[in-house]
Amino acid sequence: MPEPQEAKSSALLDKAREEIRDLVQDLKKPQETQLWKSIFRVKHDRTEPRTRALGVLANVFLHLHPARINRDAVRYSYTWGMGGISFYLFLVLTFTGVLLMFYYHPTKVQAFRDILYLEHDVPFGKLLRNMHRWAAHLMVIGVWLHMFRVVLTGSYKKPREFNWCVGVILLVLTLLLSFTGYLLPDDQLGFWAVTVGTNMARATPLLGHEGPLGPELGMTPFNDVRFALLGGSIVDANALLRAYIWHCIAIPLIAATFMGVHFWRVRKDGGISGPSPVMLESEMKPVRKLR
Amino acid sequence: MDWAQVWEIVSLPDNIPIVAIAVLVPFYTWYAARQARATDRLIAQLEADPQMAKTHHRKIHPFRPGWARELPVWPYLLRIEFLAALVVTLILMVWSITLNAPLEEPANPNHTMNPSKAPWYFVGLQEMLVYFDPWFAGVVLPTLIIVGLMVFPYVDTNPLGTGYYTIRQRRVALAGFGIGFFIWLALVFIGTFVRGPGWMWFWPGQTWDHTRVVYEVNRNLPDLFGITNAWLQAILGIIAIAVFYAGSAWGIHKLVTRSELDRKIYERTSLTQYVVFQFFAITILVGLPAKMLLRLLFRIKYVLVTPWLNV
Ligand code: HEM
Repeated sequence: MPEPQEAKSSALLDKAREEIRDLVQDLKKPQETQLWKSIFRVKHDRTEPRTRALGVLANVFLHLHPARINRDAVRYSYTWGMGGISFYLFLVLTFTGVLLMFYYHPTKVQAFRDILYLEHDVPFGKLLRNMHRWAAHLMVIGVWLHMFRVVLTGSYKKPREFNWCVGVILLVLTLLLSFTGYLLPDDQLGFWAVTVGTNMARATPLLGHEGPLGPELGMTPFNDVRFALLGGSIVDANALLRAYIWHCIAIPLIAATFMGVHFWRVRKDGGISGPSPVMLESEMKPVRKLR
Repeated sequence: MDWAQVWEIVSLPDNIPIVAIAVLVPFYTWYAARQARATDRLIAQLEADPQMAKTHHRKIHPFRPGWARELPVWPYLLRIEFLAALVVTLILMVWSITLNAPLEEPANPNHTMNPSKAPWYFVGLQEMLVYFDPWFAGVVLPTLIIVGLMVFPYVDTNPLGTGYYTIRQRRVALAGFGIGFFIWLALVFIGTFVRGPGWMWFWPGQTWDHTRVVYEVNRNLPDLFGITNAWLQAILGIIAIAVFYAGSAWGIHKLVTRSELDRKIYERTSLTQYVVFQFFAITILVGLPAKMLLRLLFRIKYVLVTPWLNV
């Protein structure tokens, strides 16, 4: 009895055909699919401003932005984009840094060889190392220019004083990140730079064994701040390990936390400071007591 | 003129960022000044014409009634951010393909690098070691700079000039930060391009001579007066520093109360704010260059000499 079987298979075929048709429909309009909706949560409709805003607000990576922003603030001429560029470079450094960590051992025996290995044998290893190095330099420049811009537009003034202070901490952290990374190749350049740098710590007032009042407080080369920084009295294996941990774990975590605060405060302080309408000298309010 | 020497220093891969700064800082200064001049012209117009001040939108950017004052972040901001990321990635790629990160011989404590320099962003501090003892140059001074930066917003009581580029409304603040930034950059440039073996002064283009010996006798201020008694030396140093602070305070006070606007701002400043401002301005903006000149021009090493610390 071939009849029913044929009917059954043709029904199955119909169903398959229908589903393929649906699939093609879905591919043409991916935004209608269950998968898409589950990922993006809100409908995106380019004609409706409200959903545009939701597209930004409902996305974890974009929600640090407001939904709308001062029309002149998107001009490059105002912020120079330097804060954003510094942050982007931080991301690039994190990415390339993690890749470098796969090839690097923070030990006196291996560190230098690992760099040679990276330069000569690891596919794209040289490019990776170069990118990490130059992105670090660029980030320092970016942060300086960002600070310069904030001063020139008076953006540190009320109510952004505190965020300026957070920024100063970020500047210090950025410099410390660069500095701790300098020792890691374990070559002459880093070794002597870090030796010169940490030698200053000997002279810390009160806490260094060569600093004013240091010896009087019982500081020796084996218990002062420099010893704590290096994990020893000379730049050696322990210093390498400490630099590595500060550079790859501690400072990035601290810096990322402060960046979170920094961005949060940009929003809470009323968004980017300008370009705002100019205020005139004749409109200065009379002196008021502080508080 | 030893061009090979110049090229050797300038083209050192780790020095490229400084060369970049030498281009970028002037460029952005010009870029900001251009906008500041445009704003200042607008401010002058509005001050002169109260009627216009009431109706004008008060920005140098074009605006017409009916235009939205705010734009959606998507796409107007995000597309710029995306573009910026793309451009930065491109620059970084090209830079990384064309220039290799430096790698010297393996670290060797028995073989001193000469000159051994800190990374360029710290070379300014290293240069300060010439003028001050390590406890001051390496510890106190960086702390003062960081704290000074942090108090900056709290002592600037000028309510004008938030959120736009302007020069005429913020002369004092801009000059203050500008001088500090300039000193810092100058130190970096001296440390990188001028200091050679033994951290000796080699003019750009002068060949680095590793055998050069300079018989430079440094003196302390009390020596100039022939004072040898420790107590008298300390007292003289303290007097000299006190006179310096008083004189600078007077000079700075004259400068920051010159115009009518500056006097109005001064009136809004509390005594604490003003004292803190003066302290940082004198110590960092005047004291630093003064001590540098004393050392470079008059070979004076210490002003204050005591058995415990010297400045
Ligand atoms: C790792 C370093 C830093 C990152 C990633 C960062 C990032 C940002 C970003 C993305 C913005 C938004 C506006 C813009 O792009 O200009 C911003 C604003 C701001 N930043 Fe930073 N920043 C850093 C360091 C600093 C430093 C060193 C300072 C000052 C000492 C500072 C002070 C400020 C202030 C006051 C604002 C508000 C500006 C305004 O409203 O116009 N930041 N920062």
